[in-house]
Amino acid sequence: MKTINVSVVTPDGSVYENDVQMISARTEVGEIGVLPGHIPLVTPLIIGTVRLKRDGGEDQISVSGGFMEVRPDKVTILAQSAERPEDIDVNRANESKSRAEERLRNDNDVDQKRAKASLKRAETRLQVAGK
Amino acid sequence: MASLREIKSRINSTKKTKQTTKAMQMVAASKQRRALAKAQAYQPYMEKIQEVVGSIATGDTDISHPMMENREVKKTGYVVITSDQGLAGGYNASLIRDLTKKLKERHKSTDEYTIIMVGKIGRDNARRLGLPVSEVVTELSDSPSFDEIKTITRKAIGMFENEEIDELYMWYNHFVSAIRQDVTENKLLPLTDLAENLGESASATPSYEYEPNEAVILEGLLPQYGESLIYGALLDAKAAEFGARMTAMSAASDNADNLVGELTLVYNRARQAAITQEINEIVSGANAAN
Repeated sequence: MKTINVSVVTPDGSVYENDVQMISARTEVGEIGVLPGHIPLVTPLIIGTVRLKRDGGEDQISVSGGFMEVRPDKVTILAQSAERPEDIDVNRANESKSRAEERLRNDNDVDQKRAKASLKRAETRLQVAGK
Repeated sequence: MASLREIKSRINSTKKTKQTTKAMQMVAASKQRRALAKAQAYQPYMEKIQEVVGSIATGDTDISHPMMENREVKKTGYVVITSDQGLAGGYNASLIRDLTKKLKERHKSTDEYTIIMVGKIGRDNARRLGLPVSEVVTELSDSPSFDEIKTITRKAIGMFENEEIDELYMWYNHFVSAIRQDVTENKLLPLTDLAENLGESASATPSYEYEPNEAVILEGLLPQYGESLIYGALLDAKAAEFGARMTAMSAASDNADNLVGELTLVYNRARQAAITQEINEIVSGANAAN
């Protein structure tokens, strides 16, 4: 089966680099699936999980604040942060989840957006970590 | 001439100082290596984001975004990157000197600009010189993560978006080599010459489809691009800082060596003089007894 090269790059270095069969990611307008030979495309990603299907399995990466650049033979995901399941600090994610929930309960408009984003990030991390 | 004991204690204290400077030199060297590695790890991200921004900017000239537009300059913002710690030779001093000179040339009063200051030394100097500082960030780690500096980048880009400032410059020490840093000024915003600057890297890339469209992508991408420029400068400045400290400390260690050498010479001379005098006294005493 045809494969496509994927690299996930953050300011702190490369997180993931592999040949995969299919990438599925969440964009602002919905879920997108990319197969080898896709037309060149640039799209922003929302906070969520990127799933990478490869021979005999699937890799998951939690991504926040990023872009995906697609070329027929190569996909680059640029994110401010990205983690593989084994790199996720579950305790920290749990903490930030409860902190965000706490902030959402205190009705304060200024922080609502940030708290929601933070909650979303924490939930994504926990989901990817499988906890 | 100082007494033997005084000279001895000066020699000892100089040796201890040298141990300290030597240790600091080694610490700075290893931190510099790490800072450089960090800067290198960051390169791919920077290149990629430039490539995408460049291809959008060159692809469609109709596109407009507040961050790309010149407007009348009423207030200028400066991001100034200094260190928390001194003992780095002219690292901070030359930056502050060049900055104040430029500020005097460019602005008539302090109402015309504001500074976002990184580092304690810069903060203290700004206070002393009476420069307007709107934000201070100190105690960044030696190899700062992108998260850590988000407050500065958000603040700087946000001020431009809210039209509190109409242009944004960045001042920092650029890392040239371990023994050389250059004070650098970069115009960050507005990104007017984006197309020319990034056109070259973009020309090799295919023309993209944009999902949902260019405007939305620029909306999200340009602030990220601005933030990543600041982050890149910060990594650069960190590497320069450790380089400067390494050089300063190695010069200090050399000076300590020279000083110990000179003092040892003085010490030996004084010791010899004391011995000669003692012999003289004994001989003349014996002569008198005879």
